[in-house]
Amino acid sequence: MNLIKFEDFSFKYSGQAQDFVLKDIDLEIDQGKFILLSGITGSGKTSLVRAMNGLIPQFYHGEMIGNVFVKGKNTREVPTSLLSKEVGLVFQNPENQLLAMNVEREIAFGPENLGIEWNEIDSRIKECLKVVNIEHLKKKAPFELSGGEQQRVAIASVLSLQPELIILDEPTSLLDPLGAIRILLLLKDLLQEKKVSTIIVIEHRLDLVLPLSDEIILIDKGRIIEQGKTHEVINGDIFLNIGLNIPKCVSVFQTLKNDKLYQGKLPLSVQESIEIIKMS
Amino acid sequence: MTSIPQIVVNDLQYHYPDGTIALKGVSLNIYRGEIVGIMGKNGAGKSTLIKTFNGLLKPTFGTVYVENNNISDTFTSYLSKKVGIVFQNPELQLFANTVEDEIKFSLKNLNLSKEAIDEKISETLKIFDLEKYRNRSPFNLSGGEKKRLAIASIMCRDPEIIVFDEPTIGQDASGITFIKQIIKENATSGKTVVIVTHDIEFTIDVIPRIILMADGLVVADGPTHKILSHDTILEMTSLTSPQLVKFSKSLTELGEKVPEDIFLVKQMVQYLSEFFKNESRKRKGGKP
Ligand SMILES: Nc1ncnc2c1ncn2[C@@H]1O[C@H](COP(=O)(O)OP(=O)(O)OP(=O)(O)O)[C@@H](O)[C@H]1O
Ligand SMILES: Nc1ncnc2c1ncn2[C@@H]1O[C@H](COP(=O)(O)OP(=O)(O)OP(=O)(O)O)[C@@H](O)[C@H]1O
Ligand SMILES: [Mg+2]
Ligand SMILES: [Mg+2]
Repeated sequence: MNLIKFEDFSFKYSGQAQDFVLKDIDLEIDQGKFILLSGITGSGKTSLVRAMNGLIPQFYHGEMIGNVFVKGKNTREVPTSLLSKEVGLVFQNPENQLLAMNVEREIAFGPENLGIEWNEIDSRIKECLKVVNIEHLKKKAPFELSGGEQQRVAIASVLSLQPELIILDEPTSLLDPLGAIRILLLLKDLLQEKKVSTIIVIEHRLDLVLPLSDEIILIDKGRIIEQGKTHEVINGDIFLNIGLNIPKCVSVFQTLKNDKLYQGKLPLSVQESIEIIKMS
Repeated sequence: MTSIPQIVVNDLQYHYPDGTIALKGVSLNIYRGEIVGIMGKNGAGKSTLIKTFNGLLKPTFGTVYVENNNISDTFTSYLSKKVGIVFQNPELQLFANTVEDEIKFSLKNLNLSKEAIDEKISETLKIFDLEKYRNRSPFNLSGGEKKRLAIASIMCRDPEIIVFDEPTIGQDASGITFIKQIIKENATSGKTVVIVTHDIEFTIDVIPRIILMADGLVVADGPTHKILSHDTILEMTSLTSPQLVKFSKSLTELGEKVPEDIFLVKQMVQYLSEFFKNESRKRKGGKP
């Protein structure tokens, strides 16, 4: 069974003369993948993932056409709180997600609501504090942290739920560069160890995420315009032409290609660029 | 660049009420017309530091001077006309009911006529491509759109010193090009631009000087391309080098003779064009 299935789905937010922000979406998300969801500002990425855990239509009201299923459960019918076991969403703005007195309580909040045993919660807290490197902050109030520290807490508080699908909406935007790489690699490890079944990352900083992604979904003006394996998508016609932040290595080889000096595939990383040079 | 700095920070300490010592003795100078980056680890004290520039936070110890005004005894209302800060989190900055009101509120207290205000609002919405959202609540914008509005609401006041805390968050390629352009234009016209950022690729393209912070202290201050290729400093401040710097280093390790300061796409293209031309010449030459 698909983890997530969109059937002929469209959505517009209520209020004023709004347009549909998601249009005719038919999408299936399978297990075992690291997926990059990308598109320009306002293209509908955040809205699309809000529809994957029931926030649309249960929290954000508007006109919804079609259906979304999470492991066969219709998101119109099953409350978001019950979907949180399957889908964990790290918000674009971490501050909107934080509500507890201190960091430790914040991480415990989700598992407590799922009725998980205290011993188990305790060990999850320790583990999560460690993986995002915030053990020293556990007694601090989430509102008295720096931006990047808050983002780490937001990520930890979703990891502690151990959901099957983890969706992260620009998870590295506030992280220092080494921290960003470490946390993305950690997510990749969780996937490889089968501790989560699928990861969806929304990112504008493609240089970090491309080398880790198995699949890319591109969205433009509310429509899915491409879904496929990473190498195929970046070598296709669409990827380079919809206004994304193209990593510099990709740009370099693309220019060489246009100048007819290079014919092969575009590299996803510095490492792949070096491989190209070695093979020449 | 004149010799008298516009912002002078001297042995600055800042202690938060809960006891956290966020700044442990920071000293630095920033000159008029400069573009300066502030980078470093999460929690290093970057956002805390820049909040002293308009007096939002007052030093616990040490001093901050902005154009010879000691911020500890200058009215915040005076400083906030001189120094505009775009905060890290746009949602903490936006509060009005509509996008239009957000800009309108920002233009208050600048002694502008009603007509001038209306004109400025239209101009700003146009420049920042927010006209279509004029009557929308700022909270119903996408992440990148919110950031753009937050920047617009500061830029419309035309401050002499502009401080951006993470301006490129959530921005696509055209958003980043636009921000680069604003920064360059303002610096050229004599404004001072201070940018807190984790975005290395953006930094290497537009910021000539960076100040690196770790643990409440300044640990390095110098030309960007030098600092961003210094492995020990990068490691210490949780930074990585830009893609093309890494690429050049790996090429050098392969025995290629790469010029030392390649960090722009166009420089790398130029270098590799020669490389590929040579390779193909060798191949042709090698054939009997
Ligand atoms: N709560 C809301 N009410 C009304 N319109 C909204 C709301 N949230 C987003 N929108 C609009 O829906 C469209 C899609 O927004 P969305 O947040 O999904 O974009 P995004 O791809 O995540 O963009 P970004 O990269 O800037 O975060 C935008 O035009 C936005 O203005
Ligand atoms: N309101 C507050 N109360 C108490 N401590 C705070 C508060 N705000 C920040 N801190 C602490 O002060 C230190 C410096 O925070 P600051 O926000 O200046 O960091 P930063 O360099 O901007 O980090 P980031 O890159 O994550 O945004 C951190 O250790 C943080 O936990
Ligand atoms: Mg978004
Ligand atoms: Mg900060």
